[in-house]
This record gives sequence, C-alpha cells and structure tokens, in this order.
Amino acid sequence: MYELQGVSKRFGSTQALHPLTLRLPTGRTTVLLGPSGCGKSTLLRLLNGLLSPDTGRVLFDGQPLPRDTEALLPVRHRVGYALQGGGLFPHLTGEENVTLMARHLRWPAARTRERLGALVELTRFPVEALGRYPAQLSGGQRQRVALMRALMLDPAVLLLDEPLGALDPLVRHELQGDLRAIFARLRKTVVLVTHDLAEAGFLGDDIVLMRDGRVVQQGGLSELEAQPADPFVTRFIQAQRPMPGGGAAA
Amino acid sequence: MSASHVSGLVRGLCAQGVVRSSSGSSLLLVLALMLAACGGGPPGSSDSTPTVRVGSKKFTESVILGDMVTQLARSTGARAVHRRELGGTTVLWEALRRGELDVYPEYTGTLRQELLSGRKLPDDAALREALAEEGLRLSAPLGFNNTYALGMKESEAERLGIRRISDLLAHPELRFGFSNEFMDRADGWPALRERYRLPQRDVRGLDHDLAYRGLESGAIQLTDLYSTDAEIAAYGLRVLEDDLHHFPEYDAVLLYRADLEPRAPDALAALLRLEGRLSEAEMVKLNARARLERVPEARVAADFLASALGVTAEVRGESLSARVWRRTREHLFLVAVSLLSAMALAVPLGMLAARRPRLGQGVLGLAGIIQTVPSLALLVVMIPLLGIGSRPAIAALFLYSLLPIVRNTAAGLAGIPLEVRESAEALGLPSRARLWRIELPMAAPSILAGIQTAAVINVGTATLGALVGAGGYGQPILTGIRLDDVGLILEGAVPAAALALLASGLFEAVERAVVPKGLRLRAESESR
Repeated sequence: MYELQGVSKRFGSTQALHPLTLRLPTGRTTVLLGPSGCGKSTLLRLLNGLLSPDTGRVLFDGQPLPRDTEALLPVRHRVGYALQGGGLFPHLTGEENVTLMARHLRWPAARTRERLGALVELTRFPVEALGRYPAQLSGGQRQRVALMRALMLDPAVLLLDEPLGALDPLVRHELQGDLRAIFARLRKTVVLVTHDLAEAGFLGDDIVLMRDGRVVQQGGLSELEAQPADPFVTRFIQAQRPMPGGGAAA
Repeated sequence: MSASHVSGLVRGLCAQGVVRSSSGSSLLLVLALMLAACGGGPPGSSDSTPTVRVGSKKFTESVILGDMVTQLARSTGARAVHRRELGGTTVLWEALRRGELDVYPEYTGTLRQELLSGRKLPDDAALREALAEEGLRLSAPLGFNNTYALGMKESEAERLGIRRISDLLAHPELRFGFSNEFMDRADGWPALRERYRLPQRDVRGLDHDLAYRGLESGAIQLTDLYSTDAEIAAYGLRVLEDDLHHFPEYDAVLLYRADLEPRAPDALAALLRLEGRLSEAEMVKLNARARLERVPEARVAADFLASALGVTAEVRGESLSARVWRRTREHLFLVAVSLLSAMALAVPLGMLAARRPRLGQGVLGLAGIIQTVPSLALLVVMIPLLGIGSRPAIAALFLYSLLPIVRNTAAGLAGIPLEVRESAEALGLPSRARLWRIELPMAAPSILAGIQTAAVINVGTATLGALVGAGGYGQPILTGIRLDDVGLILEGAVPAAALALLASGLFEAVERAVVPKGLRLRAESESR
C-alpha cells in the first residue's frame, strides 16, 4: 500500500528522520515502535501528507503523494487518522464528530445513518452516548469516537498515533482487545504508532522498530526476539518485559 | 458642496465593496447603514425654503448667540439648524469652510491671532479681505469685546496687593490654571509670559469651566477669563488690568459663508440685525441668566430678541423622556454603525493575523497604535476628511473598535489545540470548511468577548462624539460640565452607563446562543 523511497525529514537542527526506505504491505497491521523522539510519529504524518518529506518520496497505491493541499484531500478521504486523546472537536457531539465528513460530502441521511450504525456496532460504542459532547465522554469512549470518525468514509488505510496512550490500564486492555478484533474484521492496511512492546506484539502483524530517526529492524515480534539486528533491539525488549524472577537473556 | 462630498464618500465605499464582494453580506449591511447615515445630511437645494446651518462653540455665550441667530433665521421662514457646543474653534472653522455650516459667532481676535495667525493681518479690513478669499464674510461687530483677561479671587488679590498683570512679577510662587485653549494658542499663555516676563512655574491646563471651582477650592490662584464671563461677579473675582495692552481686541462678530447671501438673503438680513446691538454689560447679563440662573439658552436668546429687536420666537421645550430617547437613538446609531463595520473588517483581519503570524504582528501593532491616539485628537483629525456630525465620530469609534476584535479573533484561533487542528486537516476538510466548521466555532467565545469589549468601550467613547456635533449622550454631559449642572451631567452619564451594561448583557446573551454547548461544558469542567 505504501512505499517510502529515501524519505527524510528535518525540523530545524534536528534530523527527525534519516533517509529511509520502507514498504508497508496492504491488508496488514504494521506497528511503528520505539522510544519517544525516535521519529515514529513523524513517519506516520508523512503517510497522510500532514508533513511532506525533505528528500525522497512517499508512494501511496503506487502513486506519489501530491504536495498540493487540494490534491491531498481525496487521498485523505481514503486514509483514516486518529491520534492520542482522540483530537475530537469539542463543540460537536460524538455523533457530529463521526459524521462531519459525511455531512461535508453531502451524503444522503440514510447512508450516513446506516454507516454510523455499523460503526457503533463495530466499536461497541454505547448508542445513547452519541449525543454527548467530548467533555462528557470517558477517555475510552473518546477514543472509540475518534476511531469511528477515522473509519466513517470506509478508508483503505487506518493511521493510529498512540491511540491508547492516554488511557488507564483497564480501559486500555479492553480497547486493545477490541482493536484487534476490529483490525481482523476489517482487513484494512493499518499503521499504528506505539512505544509499548506488548501492544505492538498483540496488535501488529509486522513491527518496525525505530531509534533516532532510523529503522533498526523490521519483522514479527518473535523475529525481533530471536534474531535481534542490533543490541538496542534486545535492550528495548528487555526493558519492556521484565522477566519474572529477574531472569535475563544471556 | 457637502452633498458632493457625501456622494463621493459613498461612491468610494461602493467601489471598495464591489472589489471585496467576497467578504459578503456583512459588508453590504455596513454599506447600507453608511448610506443611511449619509442620507441624513442636509436637504437638497431643490426645496424652495432655504436652510441656514448655525454652529456654536462649547461655551455659553457662543450657544446663546447661536440660538439668537437660529431664531432670527427662523423668523424669516427659513429652516434653521443649530449645531450646538462643537468642540473647539478649528472644528467650526473647518465645518464652515467645507460648507457644513453657514454661520457661527466668532471673535475678531480669534480669527486674526489663531485661525489666520500665519497671515499677520494688521486690522479688520485686512481680515475681511483674507476671509473673502476663503469665500467667507464677516458681520459688523455685535457690540461687545470679549477679550482674554486674568482673574484672581478678590480677597487674595487684595491681600497680595495685585491689581495689574505686572504685579504678578513679584509673586513667582502663584499657582496658575489656564484653559487648555489659552495654554496652547499663539496669543495665549506663551505670548503673555513673554510679554510680561512672568516667572511662575506652577502652570497647568484645565477645562475653562473647572477653573472657577479650582479658584474656589484654592487649587489654583489665577486663571484666564473672558471679559463677559458671568462668573466674574458671582465668584467675587478681580480682573487684573492688562497694563501692557497685551490682549488683542476680541470683538464678537458673525462669520458666514458668502453664498448665504444669494441663497437666503432674508435670513441673512435678519440675523445681521444683531450688529451693534449687544453691549458688554448686556452680554454679561445674558451669560449670567443662562449660567447662573440655569435658564435655557434658547429662552435667554428669545427674551433678548423680543425686548431688543421685537422679534418673537417660539422656544420649543423637549420633555426629559423625549430628550433621552432622541439621544439614545443618536448614541445607538454611532455605536451600531461603527461596531458593525469594525466587526466586518476586524474579524477577517484577526483570521489573517492567526494564519500569518508575522503579518499579524504588524496588524496588531498598527491597531495598537491607533488605540493610543487620544480620542479627542482622533476626532479632530477626522474633521478635515469627514466634516462634522456623526461621520467623524463613527470613523473614530470604528478605529477604536478594531484592536479588541482583531486581537481576540487572532488569539481565539491561535488557541485551538494542535491535535484538533491536525485532526481536521487529516480528515480531508478543505481549509475553508475547516475555518467554518471547526476553527470559527471554537474561537467564537474569544471573538465574542472581543466584540463585547469593543462595544462597551464604544458606548463610553461615543459620548465624545458630541464635541464634533454627533449628538448622543455626550451632549448633556458637555452642557452639564459647561453649566456646572450635575443633573444635566447625570442625564447623559446615567443612560450611557446603562447602555454599556445593556450592551455587555446583550453580548452575554448572544454568547449563550452562539457559543456551542460543547465548548461551554468544557469551560465548566475546566473551572471545576
């Protein structure tokens, strides 16, 4: 679905991304994993044109992403995006947040209603909470609204930036389960950013481990564990997975 | 002449309106209001009844003379309008030259020493000649000389042994308080100090009408007076002898436009009957009746005309409620037109400032500079451009309203959290839709607060509009200060305060109606 060719990005004096080449396969869930500041969110924002690369190019469905904001609009309609905390519009109810784009594109009411119904069912969102404003929703509910909003136009790709980052552990656990079920059901191309190894292993088919603006290793979790490309990979895994009894990998 | 100015202004506005048609209906609304405002100008010349527009300065004598002129013109069947209490000599002079006034009472000294001081006119004949070049004429003197004089409390002058201005040389510690006009004008304090070599350092400027109270309380010991002031006797003041003959003659005259003669010959003939009819003693008496006995100027003028010229004039009294209602309409008009046009410009400017921060700095800086210009100065600067009446007042209020609205619009837009902005962009909403659906609704509380601030400031500042003949609540305040009449001041100040509160309350109601519920919830949860 995505192919990045020699893509790099710099903010002022910080090289956020060194030139990298990467393929993100269609229909699979890829997790961008790494400590904060490693460039994973920057990479995600290059995928829907919120940022444009300094060098190289991003191919979406074989076509380079346009730089012109007008031309980006149809691409963005095919790429759902949700970020930490939800980024909900506080002046709109949950339902209005979800259906905003449908209203802008003048969908018939019946079509909007039908799609909303399907999404409420998919994300297990309480119907009676649709009329509430973001300030009246719980953290988990906000995240579900953000997910529904990202999925409203039935995009080919779903980009999620730390979608569970701001939640307490119980809600987070519950949503992780729901997300996995949703990914499995939709079979969309998903790119998810997290710093949590367990979450990456639980949700991702494929993990891209990053550090200081470079890709350290790409592969499944077991692959990362068994054949670390770099001592950093082992350190990262160990740091997040304290072994019971203090056992350490030799 | 004024009509062509007005239509020129309107045409200019129309042209701009067409160019900026994209900013839509709000601008059209403003244009319509401007047109309505301009439409209320002088009636057209097609009418056979001539109109005489009379002006007067903001002191009692001038108002009485203005009322006499008005009543005399009316007695010939002409229509006469009296723009009372205009703020300062230049306001009247400019209005007369621009053709917005036909006649006003003036003093030969003021003309020679102040308005035409650059010409160094030796006598009245030269003055007449210079005025003729401007298309203006001078009546013969009305009969009294209202020149500048210096006055002290009789008891204090006696104690210090001061009779003549030269005696002041021996008392450098005296506290002087002069009217602002006297402080500034070429023939006023600077020239007087020079002439007599006066040593006093404690010299301050204040409103002429406050000076008497200053003398009474001892805050100042000497002030400038006019030789026909009613207060000279009432406050027990000693007028110091001008032993070096510094002050020039200030003969009262009527200054009028040359085109008044062909346009309204009967009215002109009638008002020139005042020539030579007013002695100094008579004028002091008339001033005293108005200032000290609180008889309305129109009544004082009518009684004089009846006894001296045998002209009977009808003096229409206006009830308190009718007066307040008329001023409310005038005041609301000033505030509404200026505020609406400021909104139409300032909200887009604020949006621009939020989008392009560097440009925004410039816009905010400029609006800030405008805000620092004293309102009186701004009003007077407007007069050569827009004449007298509501137009300069509206223009000044418009400029003052810009800053709070621009700043709050920019701040409201800039305060939208990054993740919300990014979400809207990532959804694939075009920038116009983002603005209307997300950014403006979210910035609405801030924008409304800015408009509310502008409205409240506007209601207060609009009281100064009376100085340029715009009417409103400032009119009774001005008259009240002049006559030392607290009742009159309250007649303007109380409704102005009430209107400010009302405007503030109105915007709170608007906010409740306009600001999305979700935002108010957020505000509540944050304040908890």
